[in-house]
Amino acid sequence: MEELKEELKGKIIEVLNLEDISVADIDDSDALFGDGLGLDSIDALELIVLLDKEYGIKLSDPKQGKSIFESVNTMADYIAKNRTK
Amino acid sequence: MKNPCYINGIGAVNAQGIWNDDPFAHITEISNPLTMAMQPSYKELIPPAMIRRMSKGIKMGIFASQQALDEAAMDQVDAIITGTGLGCLEDSEKFLKNVLDNDEQFLTPTSFIQSTHNTVGAQIALRLGCKSYNFTYVNGATSFESALLDALMQIESKEANQVLVGGIDEIAGRTFALKQLVHEVKADGAVEKLKDSQSPGVNFGEGGTFFALNTEKRENTYAQILEVSILNKLATEEVVDFVTSFLTRNQLTLADVSAVVIGNNGDLKYDIYYTTFCTLFANQPQIFYKHLVGQSDVASAFGLAAAAFVLKKQIIPKTIQWNAIKLSELKYVLIYNQYLGKDHSLTLLRHVET
Repeated sequence: MEELKEELKGKIIEVLNLEDISVADIDDSDALFGDGLGLDSIDALELIVLLDKEYGIKLSDPKQGKSIFESVNTMADYIAKNRTK
Repeated sequence: MKNPCYINGIGAVNAQGIWNDDPFAHITEISNPLTMAMQPSYKELIPPAMIRRMSKGIKMGIFASQQALDEAAMDQVDAIITGTGLGCLEDSEKFLKNVLDNDEQFLTPTSFIQSTHNTVGAQIALRLGCKSYNFTYVNGATSFESALLDALMQIESKEANQVLVGGIDEIAGRTFALKQLVHEVKADGAVEKLKDSQSPGVNFGEGGTFFALNTEKRENTYAQILEVSILNKLATEEVVDFVTSFLTRNQLTLADVSAVVIGNNGDLKYDIYYTTFCTLFANQPQIFYKHLVGQSDVASAFGLAAAAFVLKKQIIPKTIQWNAIKLSELKYVLIYNQYLGKDHSLTLLRHVET
């Protein structure tokens, strides 16, 4: 799980082009949206595509997004349980 | 009665760096087929959350437009008008590459949103909170002149009092590799300055140049824009008529023009247009600028900046003078540009007593 979290942080930084932020700067429990990393709705779309492309997870219910994308912890947990690749 | 149109502020980002008080004093003449712009620091101007999604074209446009507004002491405008030949090319290429690499799946929104040609004008407006007229012209090598003509008409017809107008274009790998294949850009490895050009194609550059236009002249006004004329097709033997008709419309003769700004780019085939143009002005100073910024569809915006600079300062820096003729007083400056024998434009400026 720790390895997945580190990998996930790297991918988030890459796809969202988070300049000046390194893997070490993101805490597992930091909020991704709002006060934490300060991501926005376009980033949410990028994260949905990331789940699909990298882990074979299609989010069919948009309401799920809020809890899944809460933090790296919640994202990694959801990926571990639902990944198809 | 038309409102006058004054250039009160200029901003630029290009291969020479950024616009400053003496932009032609310390120059580096370009000699490579592709020369990128020297990027300034954008962090002071654009919030980190926004900057991470912006390609260099957008950043250069925002920087140059803010520089122009600052110099003109303007914080709001009635219109934002942008010209671009190829738009935000880096993100266009990124988006299209994603389409191919991922078999048309997993398409993400960011590079698509940022790749549209009107993104630069939109981002400038978003940043200024400006909900006024916003238009982008994509007309090849007259993209900037089309934007400038619109701006001039907006001001002259009293639709707008303060206008931000400019041009941006950026270099991106794939497109310019193709341009090299068709010899529009010089081949990799060629090291030829503009006046020493020997091989096919030209040296390309990138950048953004913006102008803050106003109906009121100020102490720092550069010049007045009198007219812009665009012609898509023109044979070399028609250049004389194009120029003389334009001047006649403005009640001027060839002798009234104090200096000309020419868009020579080292193209062995098409610089003949400029040679023909210059025969009309053999006794006047001739100014060139593409040896500093390279060719692009909006390079002529920097030509306008050069013309405005010499009218304001009443001196022609040695670094941009094509011939050796000196004049003590500069009143009218005429700018001529064309690319590949198409997209011809004339822009006339007048000196302003402040």
